[in-house]
Amino acid sequence: MTSFLRCGREALLAEVDDLDAALALYAALRSAALPGVVDLVPAARTVLIKIDPAVTSPAAVREAVAVLPVDTRHRATGGTVEIPVRYDGPDLVEVAERTGLSPDQVVALHTGARWTVAFAGFVPGFGYLTGGDPRLDVPRRDSPRTRIPAGSVALAGRFSGVYPSDSPGGWQLIGSTTQRMWDLDRPEPALLVPGVEVIFKAVDR
Amino acid sequence: MTMTILRTGPLTVIKDEGRPGHAGQGVAPSGAVDRGAYARANALVGNPRGAAALECTLGGLRVRFDEPATVVLTGTDAVLTVDGTRTAVEEVVSVPAGAEVAVTMPRRGLRSYLAVRGGLAVPPVLGSRSTDRLAGIGPPKPAAGDTLPIGPSPAAPSPASPSLTASSAPSASPAASSAGSPSAEGVDGPADPDAPLEVDLGPRAGWFTAAAIETLLSAEFTVSPSSDSVGLRLDGPVLARARTEELPSEGVVRGSVQVPPDGHPIVFQADHPVTGGYPVIAVLTPAAADRAAQARPGARLRFVVAPE
Repeated sequence: MTSFLRCGREALLAEVDDLDAALALYAALRSAALPGVVDLVPAARTVLIKIDPAVTSPAAVREAVAVLPVDTRHRATGGTVEIPVRYDGPDLVEVAERTGLSPDQVVALHTGARWTVAFAGFVPGFGYLTGGDPRLDVPRRDSPRTRIPAGSVALAGRFSGVYPSDSPGGWQLIGSTTQRMWDLDRPEPALLVPGVEVIFKAVDR
Repeated sequence: MTMTILRTGPLTVIKDEGRPGHAGQGVAPSGAVDRGAYARANALVGNPRGAAALECTLGGLRVRFDEPATVVLTGTDAVLTVDGTRTAVEEVVSVPAGAEVAVTMPRRGLRSYLAVRGGLAVPPVLGSRSTDRLAGIGPPKPAAGDTLPIGPSPAAPSPASPSLTASSAPSASPAASSAGSPSAEGVDGPADPDAPLEVDLGPRAGWFTAAAIETLLSAEFTVSPSSDSVGLRLDGPVLARARTEELPSEGVVRGSVQVPPDGHPIVFQADHPVTGGYPVIAVLTPAAADRAAQARPGARLRFVVAPE
């Protein structure tokens, strides 16, 4: 079920039941390319639809979205990215302790899953990855770090993510990659955008 | 043509209409904080929509051009001086090469827009020349001594300056020559500055108590000194929530009135993040968001539901 929440004169907020439904609606909205829709912000349970009020109205978009065909089975629509990870993060042992697993098992679960970028946020190029093993559910650190190096591979809640730039952060760091998540020299600077499937691969360096 | 920055004042950044369409990459739209004033500045000098201009907070900016230039300042009651000679509010001014153009300190308003015919031609990032202060994307903040390229003059004449050709010739007088009348399009000059800001309730008004909604629409809030182009932080009565569970982060827009757990609302401005993790009780209309962009720390704001 999609419900529509008013969000001023230049947007409306579509709310759905869960993340899968949000991703499916986002994919449907992207391929529909409705006139006057200028940006889409997918999130955990919502898709914010931003419009140009000179071209369309929240009411018109609402009507168009209500009849949009949405296929909930095909949420990963953006291809697959393989990310090489050196699993040497400062929190790997703590994550293992908190989950009752060995560090090797944490790595096996992290590399064994087919993750999907659910939505972006926090900083440009940061994708929230879902679809991991439920055993890898760890809380954020009690005290966030003031500086996390770019390329750090992290866990928090049921999400995984890779820090695209040096930034503060509270996620548990289990490894690092040399692959660039954000590069303004690429046509699309962010490597991880909603709908992309991600596989992590353990490497020695 | 180039513009050389002599002094920046407290804060001067380059802004345009922003970079919508990149939320999937975690990139927020950014853009001019007062859209109306920015658009008016471009229109007054005959620039196409979207040309880049300088957003100058609280005056103090001084620049110089290496060729004769057509400029205008909008947004506040600050004016341009040309080699020390004052011009009128929102007057389109033809500036001789080498003259020093300065922005006075506004008495009313916060952000002035200095547009140059031709626009600032710094390289765009993801389709926009706006500096996004939160994400660190876009052209660097101009500093004294920087030289910024100005684009070619648009084919269309400047609508506000019919006498442009004549007046833009090097003037015998050291003072600026004036072209066009002040506030040529002065339809939205400073309206009643004390009028409440118009909002639409939602998307999460239902997460608040009825008393909180009533407070939002009746109480007076004070702009906190910790406000910036990301958000206007408001001191005043606390807005209590009816639902206290955590809201999963969701997309926000310019003008969203987000209420963190302490109950003190934040009005998101142009450089807002892509998503917010606290419920949004109401959203300002675009015109109200423009007015909020001019609210100084200490200013008192009230809110009213906008007519349909």
